[in-house]
Amino acid sequence: MLTLSNRKKVMEQEKLSFSEKLYLPVIAKGLLITIKHLFKRKATIKYPEQTREFAKVYRGHHVLKRDEQGRENCTACGLCAVACPAEAITIVAAERKPGEEHLYREEKYAASYDINMLRCIFCGLCEEACPKDAIYLTDRIVETEYEREDFIYGKDKLVEKIDQRIDVSKRKIKSEFYQPIKN
Amino acid sequence: MAKVTIDDITIEVPDGTTILEAARMIGPHVAPPTMCYYSKLKGTGGYCRTCIVKVEQGSEKDPRPMPKPVASCRTTVMDGMVVRNNTSPEIQEARAGITELLLINHPLDCPVCDQAGECHLQDLAFDHGKVKTRYEFERRTFTPQDIGDNVKLHMNRCILCYRCVKTCDQITDGRVHGVINRGDHAEISTYISNAIDNDFSGNIIDVCPVGALTDKTFRFKSRVWFTNPQEAHRDCDKCCGKVTLWTKGTDVLRVTARKDAFGEVEAFICNTCRFEKKQLSDWTIDGPRKVDHKSVISANHYQVKEAPKYLYDRVKLLNQGLDLPEVKDNK
Repeated sequence: MLTLSNRKKVMEQEKLSFSEKLYLPVIAKGLLITIKHLFKRKATIKYPEQTREFAKVYRGHHVLKRDEQGRENCTACGLCAVACPAEAITIVAAERKPGEEHLYREEKYAASYDINMLRCIFCGLCEEACPKDAIYLTDRIVETEYEREDFIYGKDKLVEKIDQRIDVSKRKIKSEFYQPIKN
Repeated sequence: MAKVTIDDITIEVPDGTTILEAARMIGPHVAPPTMCYYSKLKGTGGYCRTCIVKVEQGSEKDPRPMPKPVASCRTTVMDGMVVRNNTSPEIQEARAGITELLLINHPLDCPVCDQAGECHLQDLAFDHGKVKTRYEFERRTFTPQDIGDNVKLHMNRCILCYRCVKTCDQITDGRVHGVINRGDHAEISTYISNAIDNDFSGNIIDVCPVGALTDKTFRFKSRVWFTNPQEAHRDCDKCCGKVTLWTKGTDVLRVTARKDAFGEVEAFICNTCRFEKKQLSDWTIDGPRKVDHKSVISANHYQVKEAPKYLYDRVKLLNQGLDLPEVKDNK
């Protein structure tokens, strides 16, 4: 029969030979592959007992840094919030009162600093915009929660504890062309 | 009338016009930046030297160039004068030097300062400034000071442009505000911290090109680029009542006078309008304020595209219960 496209190919199944009909050589071949893989390195690890090393450029859970004296670096300038393409950051600023100099580095500080982790796309632009070395993305994973509200991280989850500093030295390595602006 | 050519654009202006005013008549892209000159106030200009221009030809009759850059706010035009501003690399370099001098004592506290985003010195430094300072000495520092109930003075940030002093001199009667000491010790003061209790004293906030004089009712409330600027007016018995409201949601965070393309107020407003009317119900909204798309204030402000007019007409017909005509061309 003529087909319209004239490209039709008739496929015919070849008849199996006697050795192929036995199936045994093919089964042995398959088993050999399985046995070979028993002695190879495993592709998986036993998470959470074991963890893999993160990439140097991994961007996860944010941290709000403190300086050497334990004062909060953030001065609520709002550059992170304006740089944020997902509009995940909300800041309310307040004026530092006399006697609070050991808590906040500048005259102004963030009374509340919220990041909506569901909106955040972990692009790192907030970190790039920050003029005060205050916000960094770390290699920590944002935990799972049951409620949407729980993903709005406030200062309690973002600011590092004075006795548990978070190392961000990996994030501080900039390219050779980067020159920090000094006061 | 005098014919003057600024940056290869020729314009005819009345005799006695300054080069700066002539450049402003051409447009903001030609006008040199100003830090101290304020066209609404008499006797301003000549202090900051940011508005310097190169005069390539003095006049038609005497075509010799002027030997040095001249302050355009203080130099009047001559017929046939040829001036270069943005097109002269020499002037750009000189302006970078002036910017560096202005920034010598200016602190790098833009993240804290309420003026950031609408600061003229910030714009100037962005266009002409260097990345690093070469100044090695201590900057002069002062403690922030209250001038009256509603104005905060950060003398650290002051560039001594004298605009506020001229405002107090000319807008308000009985001057209680001036500059004391000289040279590096010069300081804006109210003479033994006299509170300014004049109806128009709040205008010193608007004329200040930097964040030296800021509104205490707006202090650290928000950054300007998170607020929504709207033009509004009210019937005021003291001033024209035409203002810009800087709102966030339904809160009026700040009230300022309306500013033109050169950052100068269109009309001075009174303290009642500025500091006391902080309810949306006090004002009649005229519409959104036009913000330059290059300004950080317009960041994240999305413009709603208006539906084409024919759609409105169709909705109107629908509401009247009439049959809709066929759409021929939906442009």
